[in-house]
Amino acid sequence: MTLPDIWFIAIAVLWTGFFILEGFDFGVGMLHGVVGRDDSGRQTAIATIGPLWDGNEVWLVVAAAAMFAAFPGWYATMFSALYLALVLALVALIVRGMSFEYRNKDTHPRWRRTWSVLMTVGSVLAPFLLGVGLGDLLHGLPIGSDQEFAGTFADLFPPYSLFVGLTFVLLCALHGATFLALKTTADIRERATRLTRRIAPFAALAVLIYITWSHVISGKGFLPNVIEIAAVLAVLAAAWLVKEGKEGWAFTATTFAMATSVLVIFTNLHPRVMVSTTGAANDLTLANTASGAYALKVMTWVLVVLLPVVLLYQGWTYHVFRRRLSRDDVLEE
Amino acid sequence: MSNVDLARIQFAMTSIYHFIFVPITIGLAFLTAILQTVWHRTGRDEYLRLTKFFGVLLVINVAVGVVTGLVQEFQFGMDWSAYSRTVGDVFGAPLAMEGLAAFFLESTFLGLWIFGWGKLSRRIHLTAIWLVALGAAGSAAFILAANSWMQHPVGYEINTTTGRPQLNDIWAVMTNPVFLWAYAHVLLAALVTGCVVMLAVSAWHLRRRSNPEVFTRSAKLALVILAPAMIFQMFIGSELGVVEAKYQPMKIAAAEAQWETCQPCSFSIFQIGGGNNDQTPTKIIEVPYLLSLLATNHLDGQVIGLNELNAQYQQQYGPGNYVPNVFIQYWAMRVMAYLAVVIVLLGLWGLWVMRRKHLETAHRFLWLAMWAPVLLFLTNTAGWLLTESGRQPWIVQGILLTKNGVSPSISATTVAISLTVFFLLYAALTIVWLVLMLRYARKAPPPTVPAADDTTAPEPTFAR
Repeated sequence: MTLPDIWFIAIAVLWTGFFILEGFDFGVGMLHGVVGRDDSGRQTAIATIGPLWDGNEVWLVVAAAAMFAAFPGWYATMFSALYLALVLALVALIVRGMSFEYRNKDTHPRWRRTWSVLMTVGSVLAPFLLGVGLGDLLHGLPIGSDQEFAGTFADLFPPYSLFVGLTFVLLCALHGATFLALKTTADIRERATRLTRRIAPFAALAVLIYITWSHVISGKGFLPNVIEIAAVLAVLAAAWLVKEGKEGWAFTATTFAMATSVLVIFTNLHPRVMVSTTGAANDLTLANTASGAYALKVMTWVLVVLLPVVLLYQGWTYHVFRRRLSRDDVLEE
Repeated sequence: MSNVDLARIQFAMTSIYHFIFVPITIGLAFLTAILQTVWHRTGRDEYLRLTKFFGVLLVINVAVGVVTGLVQEFQFGMDWSAYSRTVGDVFGAPLAMEGLAAFFLESTFLGLWIFGWGKLSRRIHLTAIWLVALGAAGSAAFILAANSWMQHPVGYEINTTTGRPQLNDIWAVMTNPVFLWAYAHVLLAALVTGCVVMLAVSAWHLRRRSNPEVFTRSAKLALVILAPAMIFQMFIGSELGVVEAKYQPMKIAAAEAQWETCQPCSFSIFQIGGGNNDQTPTKIIEVPYLLSLLATNHLDGQVIGLNELNAQYQQQYGPGNYVPNVFIQYWAMRVMAYLAVVIVLLGLWGLWVMRRKHLETAHRFLWLAMWAPVLLFLTNTAGWLLTESGRQPWIVQGILLTKNGVSPSISATTVAISLTVFFLLYAALTIVWLVLMLRYARKAPPPTVPAADDTTAPEPTFAR
């Protein structure tokens, strides 16, 4: 395996980590209004991700930075091509990040309602746009021989990419619902359970179509492999598991489905990193976008030493905040 | 306006905005960690109350800092794709390391710290806030290593097939003299900013006699650090100037609007006129030898003038105008330096009042201290303008021109749209941030209650 391969895998893992972790807090953001029903319920829902969302978002920062460092050409073309979509995604991420920290800083109903609306919209829009962006990598964008994007804003939204965005929104909603079922008590937990069961069939169908479509678009037939079938089944299993009260396993199932769905993009891409619709000769590949061997070697060392440490302390954080939250926990705020 | 101008305005706007929160975060993180350490050691209630009180202000800042930092990172690819493509091999590495080594640490442990009261043992909880501070300071290190590479590229070779710089010595990048001095400069700026914010908030309360037993302590902590740190900072800044004068002589010559070579060189207190089209401004009050001293550390050092430097650069890099915006350089330098003196004086005044033991009744001092954060914002911003605008017309000194770094596929209209969007969003965020900061800064520090027992909530069932 070459250094660019290692970094391609590292970037796939970082994006996967981002969607697994931020995925459920996207979902909590989307669902807090319906799951919470009243204000203390909503506060409880938000409190489940209070200590976590910030650390989760760093996965996106690191994923982007890793692309910049390991494949400058990929980072440059992708980010400039997706320009306006990314502006929107950034606005969504900013607004929703603010809403977590600022919503509970005032008790006025209008203040809380405003931040709740912004939280919901931001939490839907961000995974949608990032999903569209990842979809574009595989679907392809008009990229010239100079590796520069030569299309328009509308080119960013082919049906396939729109569908990837939709699938990711559904997956995040489902992932958030199982997380809420795992982390709350009483009526909030019940509503989260019900939501999981309601979202799961749609998510399963979306994942199935998405996987098949991804295979077709990358010219690899249309049959999903074993892992991909398992991902679809995992989505359905989550609905059953929450009903049985096995929320931990339900969350594990949605985690698996999420991970597989993100990896579908990357496994179908390799060894390309960004498809060009103007011809295969203009595809961005590992070879024509990677940094030099020295830079990759240095960063590999950093990654190998630090990523396990990061996983350890983030894992420990989840352990510290493992308890369920009830309405009583947020009353003091 | 061209897409280059708009992209530059956008980068300047988002950077200046982001850097409102960065120094407050780094500074307050250290100060909060100190407060909590004192509480941990002495068990005195006032310090626990202060820890929690300033912790809330810290969190409000971190939230904005994190999300505006995302924009900073994405912008390189969005607006400056040619730059990213050309130098990502070198420039990207410190950014990726920043995320892995520092940003994860800061964000994760901040979450643990905020929500960990009563859940973590006291010692581990104290460790958490120190790790937040360490992470924040570490982030700044990697970002400045990247930035310093743009000022003075080291540790690279030009790849003969692509013509692009490639990293060949990471150690050189991390020990770049410009980086070492700039890092000390920024860390001290952050510490001073944190102190000034802490002092201002304490001053507001002391003026109203609210909780003086608590806020005299925080005011004293801030004051003990403020003046010495700021005086030290001025030496560091002056040394950074010497280092930059060596590698980026244009930057320092422009800061004095020194068009002709001089030896020894004087420093003008201010001038009337000036700018790139006026080489003979009226200089008011010239301090002899001072520019030589600032730029070279010698009283009779030579400073090469802009015209001569420009001729040198034209010979080396081809025809063009290599003089940065002289007006910005000249005034950014002075705003930064003069306000630094004001801050030192404020700090000394505070120490004097403190020694005379009438801090609570020193109304004039407290009033001024309350407004001092505005001075810090101006000083910090001027400092960045001086160093970033002084690098122009280069995006990476001697390697790539700014106008060649912009995204070729992005039209001026597109940049204008995003500039407008971010401007409006940031304006709204500023209002919300200010409202919250002012509200929480004016609250009484939380009374201490015995930590709630947290063992009652059921643990989630993995399998049942």
